[in-house]
Amino acid sequence: MTKVTLTVNGRTMSGECEDRMLLVHFIREKLALTGTHVGCDTTQCGTCVIHMDGHSVKSCSILAVQANGSVITTIEGLAAQGEMHPVQAAFKEHHGLQCGFCTPGMVMTAVDMINRRGGSLTEEVVRTELEGNICRCTGYHNIVKAVLAADAEMAAGRQAAE
Amino acid sequence: MYATSYHRASSVEDAVRLHGHSEESKYVSGGMTLIATMKQRLASPSDLVDLRHIGSMKGISVDGRRVTIGAGTPHAEVAASQAIMAVCPALCHLASHIGDPHVRHMGTIGGSVANNDPAADYPSAVLALDATVVTDRRSIPADGFFAGLFETALAEDEIITAIAFDAPDKAGYAKFANPASRYAMTGVFVAKTGGTVRVAVTGAGSDGVFRHAGLEQALQGNWSPDAPGSVMVDPSGLMADMHADAQYRANLVKVMAKRAVMAAG
Repeated sequence: MTKVTLTVNGRTMSGECEDRMLLVHFIREKLALTGTHVGCDTTQCGTCVIHMDGHSVKSCSILAVQANGSVITTIEGLAAQGEMHPVQAAFKEHHGLQCGFCTPGMVMTAVDMINRRGGSLTEEVVRTELEGNICRCTGYHNIVKAVLAADAEMAAGRQAAE
Repeated sequence: MYATSYHRASSVEDAVRLHGHSEESKYVSGGMTLIATMKQRLASPSDLVDLRHIGSMKGISVDGRRVTIGAGTPHAEVAASQAIMAVCPALCHLASHIGDPHVRHMGTIGGSVANNDPAADYPSAVLALDATVVTDRRSIPADGFFAGLFETALAEDEIITAIAFDAPDKAGYAKFANPASRYAMTGVFVAKTGGTVRVAVTGAGSDGVFRHAGLEQALQGNWSPDAPGSVMVDPSGLMADMHADAQYRANLVKVMAKRAVMAAG
């Protein structure tokens, strides 16, 4: 067993695990943060997307020991003081989900997308950037709408702050 | 996944030393192929030596037209590199179409080249750009590096530390992506330097990435998207699977070559 220590959503958290344990299982089973989902388990569906050291990654394809020492943000870490992150609010407003299973991964992907390309998103860019995330309910239309709306809102927020 | 023991290397020398502790060791960098393969129990290394934290293997430098990319540099960084964009935008384009955004944050150029998947994108660029594969112990020219499906000139414990090349006058990459996996069903990288043209094909060859002499000759004589049209591409030696038979891939080689030249301008 190896001790893995991560900074998760601003808090230092540790757990013991076998070296073969996947990061997504470590987060769900050892840290009891079950917002991050396991979907396909073959690196395709993106329900397990989290941020590691500031970048979106698929936590089903990384061992927990590989992530040891890194800074992690999961879906549970987005809302500040009980207030939804603008991306979460936009998914609610635009009904960007039906069953909700893919939503944590979609939201974490959208936040990463806006971090990297915020203010320049178009429908085409959003659809291309969602390459690694699968939704079996919505047909993606409302997800795309929600990401674009969140991008516009966050860009307006940045302008107001300047 | 079968049990494994994880070791984090702090330097290239440290990695080689750690690798030597077991005969069943494997290096892991981004792990975007290896971890998935281990999950399927198609690989079962007793020990994993992690190269991701070796600082000397990261980063991009462009000196004039000489491009050096640290083997541990993720695809996303190559895709977004303004320095590479200025001298060889085709490589940024290639990197930006590997897998998906999350895979590109982890997967590395060194890992992709060392693995030599017959449908991976980077091997075609390395071969067409006449790149040098720099390892911890020698420099290997691209023409002597790729040795068949998942086979390379690397020794069992040898580590790629960088990929280096002189940016060509013109280069282009076009791939026909598998609709599900996004691996290249056929990808063609063309590079022109002076009067010399190199054309490398990935995703199509039964023995992995290869250069196509006929396409090179045709494009050397006439650098135009029309040139590949008259070239014979022999389907024998091309892969046939549920996605495309060899004839189909032979045609794709020509079509992707045309598109690559068009993209190169």
